[in-house]
Amino acid sequence: MTTELLGILFIFAMTVALSIPLGRYMARLYAGESTFLDAVFGPIERLFFRASGIDASREMTWKDHLKALLTINLIWFLWAMFVLTNQSWLPWNPDGNPDMTPDLAFNTAISFLVNCNLQHYSGETGVSYFSQIFCLNFLQFVSAGTGMAAAVVIFKAIRDRQTTELGNFYDFFLKSCTRVLLPLSLIVAIVLVFNGTPMNLVGKAEYTSLQGDTVQVSQGPAAAMIAIKHIGTNGGGYFGANSAHPLENPNYLTMIVELLAQTVIPLGMIFAMGFYIRNRRFSRMVFGVMTVGFLLLLAPTVWSEIQGNPAIDRLGIAQTHGAMEGKEVRFGATASAYWSIITTVISTGSVNSMHDSTMPLSGAMELLSMMTNAFYGGCGAGILNFYIFIILAVFISGLMVGRTPEFMGKKVEAREMKIAMIVALVHPLMIMTGTAIASYLASADANMGWWFVNAEGQPNHATAWLNNPGFHGFSEMLYEFTSSSANNGSGFEGLGDNNPFWNISTGICLILTRFLPIIGPVAIAGLLASKKYIPESAGTLRTDTGTFGIMVFAVIVILAALSFFPALALGPLAEYFSL
Amino acid sequence: MKTHFWPALKLTAFSILFFSVVYPAIVWAVAQLSPTGGNVEWVKKGDQVVGAKLLGQSFTDERFFLGRPSAVGYNAAGSAGSNKGPSNPDYLKEVQARIDTFLVHNPGVKRSDVPADLVTASGSGLDPDISPEAALVQVPRIARLRGVSPEKLQKLVEAHTSRSAIGGVATVNVLELNLAL
Repeated sequence: MTTELLGILFIFAMTVALSIPLGRYMARLYAGESTFLDAVFGPIERLFFRASGIDASREMTWKDHLKALLTINLIWFLWAMFVLTNQSWLPWNPDGNPDMTPDLAFNTAISFLVNCNLQHYSGETGVSYFSQIFCLNFLQFVSAGTGMAAAVVIFKAIRDRQTTELGNFYDFFLKSCTRVLLPLSLIVAIVLVFNGTPMNLVGKAEYTSLQGDTVQVSQGPAAAMIAIKHIGTNGGGYFGANSAHPLENPNYLTMIVELLAQTVIPLGMIFAMGFYIRNRRFSRMVFGVMTVGFLLLLAPTVWSEIQGNPAIDRLGIAQTHGAMEGKEVRFGATASAYWSIITTVISTGSVNSMHDSTMPLSGAMELLSMMTNAFYGGCGAGILNFYIFIILAVFISGLMVGRTPEFMGKKVEAREMKIAMIVALVHPLMIMTGTAIASYLASADANMGWWFVNAEGQPNHATAWLNNPGFHGFSEMLYEFTSSSANNGSGFEGLGDNNPFWNISTGICLILTRFLPIIGPVAIAGLLASKKYIPESAGTLRTDTGTFGIMVFAVIVILAALSFFPALALGPLAEYFSL
Repeated sequence: MKTHFWPALKLTAFSILFFSVVYPAIVWAVAQLSPTGGNVEWVKKGDQVVGAKLLGQSFTDERFFLGRPSAVGYNAAGSAGSNKGPSNPDYLKEVQARIDTFLVHNPGVKRSDVPADLVTASGSGLDPDISPEAALVQVPRIARLRGVSPEKLQKLVEAHTSRSAIGGVATVNVLELNLAL
């Protein structure tokens, strides 16, 4: 166990060590300074912009940014819907997989558009190779690029003191995709193919096993997608079992690479912010708060997975390697526990073990990671979410000392606070109302009619979507809405979620919880940037200190605890105390 | 919205070309240089393909080392875990039954020596490995059924045990071990 603990310590240290230089590089990139990839990508980007009729040097206001962002996202959504509902006749479908139903296509298109990757289908049977590459793999790049572009608007708004010119959306977006996501994805994909992950266009293979069974093997263009699913913190797996699948994650080394891949940009963005706004103390404060939160979530998870399942202990067998249900031997319980918290704090949502089978305390921590939705976070989205918490903390501490709240020399007033509150409340609102409706239906065992039919086309009753009874069943529904609302994409996958009820309800949840947390912070940053700059004085509340860090942490804890504790008590905590 | 529509549409077309054609093509081209050429690494017995190195397969014949229970019956056309929660009573009965079956088929093995990975399903349903303990606990049975010495089998298990350089997780590839029998 000690070597396994040292293993995850090593992985975390590696992540931090890699993300600092990456942050420095991204800060230079977004500031328009020269970088070593200019020679390769400069001409390509200029060609794309010229051919698309885009002047990438035109400065945009925050409203222009949002218009451009939302328009191009709408186009991507329509493209994704077209591909997914027509994949049966489109090329590269060697396994003859059928078109998606409209509700599943809606859920899948939205889910990949918003960087969530909920996946109510299984890769082997639900999509063609064309859909994997031209729809899902494509959206994994551009949705990550969108989040990063929105975060850079905030960087620029903070740095430029008093301005309405906040850079160009297309410029930030395309640079994020070509100069950050693409090179990193190439590295990861190459590591994967050299470790046995397939990258071909061949359909299912068949062989006869050693004892004579006929077995089929799904394959295809997996490596490319698995790389960007982590680099872009998307999490949507090529195969159904995601990164627990031996072809998707062949060994401990690839597991390290996939873990580094999903953590390096979110951490890098934090450091990039410090370099960009020329206040590294501020990004150290942010990193400190996030790391404390992360470690507090990690420790109980690792502990409970190493302990194993008490109910299995009572059966009298040896759990020397911890809780093994839903886990792969090559990763072990410790690294799987580490992954389960990394993937939930960072909104990746890829899994290397099945979260539905993790211990109750681990389930509670995975849920809490997504409920707080503040530690590290996804590509760009992490900064956007944290920005709201900073604004809230500035406001509350301003009131406590009896001064007008200020952030980086700008007065935070009623309008900004209203926006911040809407964004802060949409997350618990979506989780709570969604879970309440689903668990009401399940407790009444309602006849679901068209919303949930079984394989024979007959209406199902609501409890049929649960894979586990009791408290754990409640957790399955809570997890699904929490994961949707945090744009995470992992799941308690026992839940029967490929039906109109879950596809449509979580789809709507995904739209709101992606775009409001982009619109809100960008609007606040834009509004603040246009205000008069007030130079620092003795009475200024400094936001780059440890004291302010504690304040932000307290705001996060209070908000999360007040909103979510009752739900956690009914689900994983009740299961923990009854086990 | 309108001023952005056409530029955004054109940029989308170029992005698709770049990220869905050029990028996968580069990965595919590099994959051709890898030992497996971008394909699944097959395991052969003689010149007959009997499995894939990374994919577990079902062993029910007692003369072989058995792998872990699988939620998909080791058919790699799909992949899934059981998704059973730790407190699910039906699940716990199932584990109990697996333990009992194992003890019946492996007389002399103490209940407290049965490793958890042998009676719990993996996340993918295709786990190619078991822990060294899970292999060693099966040695007496296989030695008896095959009429070979337990010491020889133990050495074989040790030879097929690999440890990750970082983290030190020990695994035994079941297919390769069984091929070596």
